[in-house]
Amino acid sequence: MTDRQILVSVKRLKKYFPITRGILIQREVGSVKAVDDVSFDIYEGETLGLVGESGCGKTTCGRTLMQLYRPTGGEVWFDGVDLTKTKGQNLRQMRKKMQMIFQDPYASLNPRWTIARIVGESLRVHKIITGKKAQDDRIKQLLELVQLNPSQLNRYPHEFSGGQRQRIGVARALASNPDFIVCDEPISALDVSIQAQVVNLLEDLQDKVGLTYLFIAHDLSMVRHICDRVAVMYLGVIVESGQRDELYDHPLHPYTKALLSAVPIPDPRATRARHRIILEGDVPSPANPPKGCRFHPRCPIAGEECKVIVPEWREVASEHWVACHKV
Amino acid sequence: METNVTKTNIPAISEVEKPPLLLSQLVFLRFKRHKMAVAGVFILILMICYAIGGTFFKTEAFSLVTDTSIRLNAPSSVHLFGTDAVGRDILARTIYGGQISLLIGLIAMILEVIVGVLIGAIAGYYGGILDSILMRFTEAMLNIPQIPLLLVLGKMLSDKISPISLFGRQFSGSVIVIIAVIGLTSWMGLARIVRANFLSLREQEFVTAARCTGTKNRSIIFEHILPNTMAPIIVSATLAVANAIISEAYVSFLGVGVMPPTATWGNMLNGAYNYIESAPWLWIFPGSLIVLTVLSINFIGDGLRDALDPRALTQAE
Repeated sequence: MTDRQILVSVKRLKKYFPITRGILIQREVGSVKAVDDVSFDIYEGETLGLVGESGCGKTTCGRTLMQLYRPTGGEVWFDGVDLTKTKGQNLRQMRKKMQMIFQDPYASLNPRWTIARIVGESLRVHKIITGKKAQDDRIKQLLELVQLNPSQLNRYPHEFSGGQRQRIGVARALASNPDFIVCDEPISALDVSIQAQVVNLLEDLQDKVGLTYLFIAHDLSMVRHICDRVAVMYLGVIVESGQRDELYDHPLHPYTKALLSAVPIPDPRATRARHRIILEGDVPSPANPPKGCRFHPRCPIAGEECKVIVPEWREVASEHWVACHKV
Repeated sequence: METNVTKTNIPAISEVEKPPLLLSQLVFLRFKRHKMAVAGVFILILMICYAIGGTFFKTEAFSLVTDTSIRLNAPSSVHLFGTDAVGRDILARTIYGGQISLLIGLIAMILEVIVGVLIGAIAGYYGGILDSILMRFTEAMLNIPQIPLLLVLGKMLSDKISPISLFGRQFSGSVIVIIAVIGLTSWMGLARIVRANFLSLREQEFVTAARCTGTKNRSIIFEHILPNTMAPIIVSATLAVANAIISEAYVSFLGVGVMPPTATWGNMLNGAYNYIESAPWLWIFPGSLIVLTVLSINFIGDGLRDALDPRALTQAE
């Protein structure tokens, strides 16, 4: 596994949203630290899962990576280019290679556009394929790839179900032949039966086209199913990351342990037998995160040093990284 | 039982389905249900036919001929609508005046929509400092009362612009002044509506997706967001025509709008002021034409507002 190529490298990425006050002259009174000093690598052909509870900065992290939000600090290296320093036309060119699948299949398709126009947008924007006929052929091919009826390309999004719409979103993301796709909770808005469809489709495509995914989700069992490696986020920072099985079988960080203990097991006897860790209190405000380890106010094993010193990000086992004093 | 199971007909992959009911068709169906609006459309078409078709019966020269020997004649078989204070035929003047009034309404509306949509779209899409500047400018414009501004500018500029000819007709330069002033002082409401819509739409995921695809801002504004905010723009534009006609009538009535001898429905009322009781045909005809036109346009606007309501659009029929 040493010959793996790094495709995307995120270094010390920060995204703060300013909190402003004042009507005419806006002054900054603070900031929401949605993503605070996050670093990770994504290897070619793998799926990296990014998990964490609502509001921990997963989506912001994905969007900042895609340069949909301009980062406050840090670097994002993709294909030998630092995206954070790329602008305008150059950045638009890079977008051919990286695409995104969105959470809400009802909001992510323009209601006034036909499927053909939605899926073919990147073909037109990047002039990948010119000519109406050739574009239509490619669009049909893409629709077939995501198991939709290619004859329906003149329909509007409202005529499709949630799962079908999400597959249209996948087809759109695939149109420009990207290397890397950020899946921003692509299944959390879908029915369980349809979730499987979309997830299996994503896996098939990975095998066929050789894609690399950043898979943002909060459904831990789904993440275990699809991801090769997993990173756990809490309040804007990554607290633990590792190979999927290593992380699921031997979680080290108390937050990861608590998360995993909440995954439902389809066996009542096992459910009764296991120890469920229930965290105290609420997630602190990201505008005013706790000093020291961000998890210490809710941590069952926190000590004195956790309140003062930010834990070091260190490798405790092969490719198993964690940020905790007590491990 | 197995014989009952028939193969479902799967359409051949090669044939592409025709798009189903288009949005415009849906809107048309809903619009038809609004009886007053449909009546408005008919009356408006009638008015346009009157102003354009009338030219085949009366020449423009006829509308300008003055003959004091027949001044203030009541409607008769020769002068169907009577004559005014200098003996001009009122029927002919309402025909040619109607052309100008409708033209002012239409062009002022186009001007208003262009300025309003551009300012609203830029402010709403880009936000930040640009938004602040544009919106403060809009508020400043809103604070200037429109009618006095129309009066002052109309008086200042009306004789500075030379007459122009268009479609074989001579127009007094004051027509252009009035169009420009009305158009450029009434876009603020539309700009605010457009801005508000852009503010909410730009946060939609399909806009994020377009940015992700690498679409340029200009295409996002005009191809992604604008079509999604057409409904309020169409309604505003319709009502803007009516407002422009009213504004023109207002300033022309006060004598600083479109200058005679070019007739408009508005400045015909100006001449009628002194004869309200003695020669009511002077104001009845142009006045009722204004009322009918404005009323029908307002009903059309109402009908469109209901027909374009996005919450109701999902129900076909």
